[in-house]
Amino acid sequence: MLIDGFTIAAQLLNFIILVWLMKRFLYQPVLNAIAAREQKIAAQLADAAATKAKAHEQQLEFEQKNQAFDKQRADLLSQATAAANAEHAQLMVDARQAADAADAARAAALLADTQALHSDIVRRTQQQVFEIARRVLGDLANVSLEQRACEVFIERLHGLDGPALTTLRQALNSTSTAAPAVLRSAFDLPAAQLALLQTALDETFGQALALKVETTPELVSGIELSAHGQKLAWSIAGYLAALSATLDGQPAERGSA
Amino acid sequence: MRLTPDAWIFWQYGIFTLNATILFTWVLMAVLVLGAVLITRRLATGHERSRWQNLLEIVVTAIMSQIEDVGLQNPRRYLGFLGTLFLFVAAAALATVIPGFEPPTASLSTTAALALCVLVAVPLFGISGQGLLAYLKSYLQPTPIMLPFNLISEVSRTLALAIRLFGNMMSGAMIIAILLSITPFVFPIVMTLLGLLTGMVQAYIFTILAAVYIAAATRSSKALNKIVP
Repeated sequence: MLIDGFTIAAQLLNFIILVWLMKRFLYQPVLNAIAAREQKIAAQLADAAATKAKAHEQQLEFEQKNQAFDKQRADLLSQATAAANAEHAQLMVDARQAADAADAARAAALLADTQALHSDIVRRTQQQVFEIARRVLGDLANVSLEQRACEVFIERLHGLDGPALTTLRQALNSTSTAAPAVLRSAFDLPAAQLALLQTALDETFGQALALKVETTPELVSGIELSAHGQKLAWSIAGYLAALSATLDGQPAERGSA
Repeated sequence: MRLTPDAWIFWQYGIFTLNATILFTWVLMAVLVLGAVLITRRLATGHERSRWQNLLEIVVTAIMSQIEDVGLQNPRRYLGFLGTLFLFVAAAALATVIPGFEPPTASLSTTAALALCVLVAVPLFGISGQGLLAYLKSYLQPTPIMLPFNLISEVSRTLALAIRLFGNMMSGAMIIAILLSITPFVFPIVMTLLGLLTGMVQAYIFTILAAVYIAAATRSSKALNKIVP
């Protein structure tokens, strides 16, 4: 017999059981594994796409930042260059000013030295001239320098005339005991010379003048009468000024005022 | 000489018979299920996986691809039935290389059981696919006059399935047995290889025909009209 009813039924049952077993142990696990792998690959692709998009975004951001940084750097560089140029110019100005100031200080110092030297020369010359004059006068005429200075001053006083005398008189007229005329001399006037001078002044201007006597070494052996801006003087300082002008190569007024 | 393994009986009690067909079917079932369990015990979901897993994935995806090529839209739904049909018939054909093994598919009882399964599965899938009325209406297509012919067609194609597979497998085994007795050395080996090829082809044909029947049953009449105006 080629066909058997029980075997058919048994094979039917066997096949149904086999279908269930294969579904349970083969198809479902394999398909689930494939699905899981596909899902994983899809997730990885999505991640890769997201990462790529993020990288692209970051690249754009980086490029923008780079451009901004370049621009900022260029701006800062230009600002620094401008500041450096300004500082350079300011430093140059300051240096020039400092150099000018140094030049001026040096010139002033040179001038001060020259003046000091000049003053020293003048002072020494005065002293020498004064000493020479004193000795000459003492040797030749047996007259002291102070005495001769008083005499010369009195001669000058007597020699005044015209507008000079009038002007000086007006100036002396306006003096008072509170604001007397000032009589300056390079030395302490002896009483005799002082009386002589007072007498000569009183006679010349016709009044008893109130005098204030001062000793001024700068006059260098001379006598000076001043009142209200008017002055009558004779001193060796004038001669020395002429000598100094001669030494400096400049013309100078001589002697008195 | 036995024409069918049904005749090789190990135990019998009344109508209950343990013959070679049932026994070798159990052996095949055990091998298939144990192999599946062993391989799918540690399935990897990453890119690195074992060669056995690769083999199983190739087999499963190839069966699904064939089912989809036939025209069934959701191949996973039919994979259990059609895939098992293919694997069982193919495994039975492959097992013929084992000396002493008689393929269960060389038994008309087995092929008849498989054909009966197809005969039952086709209307079940058809009804679940397009509804009972629509499926029953398909027997009246193109005209109600065709109802008897459609019914005869159902039965005859089921018989054809059973007989075709049985004839091929039985003849293959029979030829090898005859040749072994005539020319016991080289020629049976060649015929065994040919039998392997024939068995694989038969497994493919059986499965594809079942898929085509199911596809024809699950398609609506509108779809059929669209395909065949």
